Amino acid sequence: MNAHLAPANALSGSTKLGPVLVVSDLAKTFDDRRILSGLDFALAPGQSTALIGANGSGKSTLLKCLIRLIEPTEGKIEMLGRDVRALAPRDLRAFRAQVGIVWQRHNLVPRLSVLSNVIHGVQSRLSGPRAWFQALAPAEVRAEAMLCLDRVGLADRAVARVDSLSGGQQQRVAIARMLMQRPAFILADEPDASLDPQTGEEVMALLLSLVREKGLSLLMISHRLEHTLEFSDRILGLAQGRIALDLPTADADAAGLRRFFDHEEAS
Amino acid sequence: MTDLPVPPARFSHRSLSEYVAILLVLALVVSSLAATAPALDKLSRGIARLFAPSGMLMQMFPPDFSRIVPISWKLLETLQMAVAGCFLGLLLAIPFAILATDRLSPHPVVRHTARGVIALFRTVPDLVWAIIFIIIVGLGPAAGVMAIMVDKIGFAGRFFAEAMEETDPGPQDAMRAIGASRLGTIVSSVFPACLPSFTATSLFALEKSVRGSAALGLVGAGGIGVDLKVAFDLFNYDEALAIILMMLVLVIAVEQGSGWIRRKLI
Ligand SMILES: Nc1ncnc2c1ncn2[C@@H]1O[C@H](COP(=O)(O)OP(=O)(O)OP(=O)(O)O)[C@@H](O)[C@H]1O
Ligand SMILES: [Mg+2]
Repeated sequence: MNAHLAPANALSGSTKLGPVLVVSDLAKTFDDRRILSGLDFALAPGQSTALIGANGSGKSTLLKCLIRLIEPTEGKIEMLGRDVRALAPRDLRAFRAQVGIVWQRHNLVPRLSVLSNVIHGVQSRLSGPRAWFQALAPAEVRAEAMLCLDRVGLADRAVARVDSLSGGQQQRVAIARMLMQRPAFILADEPDASLDPQTGEEVMALLLSLVREKGLSLLMISHRLEHTLEFSDRILGLAQGRIALDLPTADADAAGLRRFFDHEEAS
Repeated sequence: MTDLPVPPARFSHRSLSEYVAILLVLALVVSSLAATAPALDKLSRGIARLFAPSGMLMQMFPPDFSRIVPISWKLLETLQMAVAGCFLGLLLAIPFAILATDRLSPHPVVRHTARGVIALFRTVPDLVWAIIFIIIVGLGPAAGVMAIMVDKIGFAGRFFAEAMEETDPGPQDAMRAIGASRLGTIVSSVFPACLPSFTATSLFALEKSVRGSAALGLVGAGGIGVDLKVAFDLFNYDEALAIILMMLVLVIAVEQGSGWIRRKLI
């Protein structure tokens, strides 16, 4: 799959063994409102990083900037060895294919089966009708989709309509769809937000286990202090549009993190 | 500022221009009624003639079904025109509708053009389209089919586009973020969500086509309307009534059928 992802510039080769993500001097302005300014950080591969910050501090904006679902105003992003901001539209699509996203809402297609939804993930590398509906998909794609479903524990629900599942099951289907992309990097925006605490915890544990067993890198927005402490290797805290905290989770204490979850302290 | 909240005035003040506008609308309505009303004496004489022993209404009864076989064939042709024109129109309405949506259109210029075309197709009546296509392809059902097709692009294009605008954008954004193509995003995430509304619109389009195709023959675009016009022209009012009754049966049958399908689906 990397074959058709030819390096967009000379820089990309040099970061192969270094960090998977380097953000330098990143800024984002929405109509004169500065949401992010001068962000600098780098992530090592195979780690789970939690991004925390008060409501409106720009966490979702940062995540979307990384894959240019929102265009950054300034700065540089190197991710998976690519200079993201320099990618032409075609290369951007190929790059996004390598980044799996778990959204706050599952964003599945409601009237389709679980299996069809998982198979949609293959559209990162296959196009045409065989990637649209399970009935038209090649045997090996269907088999891989069943493996992905099995990984999230839902192989037995493959033919069910996706809107007949519970919220937690739907979020797991979304994760299976993301696995179908064969991602190298996972971005998660409050994947547990619309779930009850117990189910949310299961989803977070599932994401972390994927990081551990496949060596994927995870950057996740978390709005629950306990989840941040339990499911991350490193914590980045966002405040006033800057990285105000950056430390290994092992060194973190709940009291020091609290201000990133306290809405009153947002500005 | 007062201490107690004061309710607003019951009627907001109108400006002079608003009064002028209201007066203009009233004047338009009154003058329109006056200009187009039939003269009372003519109307009463016409009604009297209608019921006279030699009048149209009396001549219509009993309806003359002696040519039921050829009329049935023309009725079938009418239905076929409706089905063919409706099918082609619905098929072409999909690309027009996609190009006309905010979210899926590749460029604002394309979007405005598509919207303009759909509006034009919808605004010009199907009888006018029939006359235009008769000039292009000659008299006969082909002109009728094309008229129905264009009319249906206008009708379904608008409702398809509205359905696609109203679907949850989340799944589409997710597909785009996966790296799916525009076509893949549309077919795999937009169409399934729009399926119930597309089906309902298509069934309404079919009903509309059947009603419309019966009239298209009046201008020579094929179907049973041709026979109806001939029957009236030759004062065969009893056969005209037979044709009208059979058209009624066809329209009611199609409406009942599509209503049944719609209930099954929703
Ligand atoms: N498309 C946009 N246009 C204008 N302003 C925006 C846009 N998207 C986000 N913002 C603003 O940017 C700020 C940061 O929003 P963002 O969604 O990134 O915050 P967040 O940290 O994810 O918050 P939450 O915890 O509520 O999810 C907010 O003030 C928001 O109003
Ligand atoms: Mg957010």
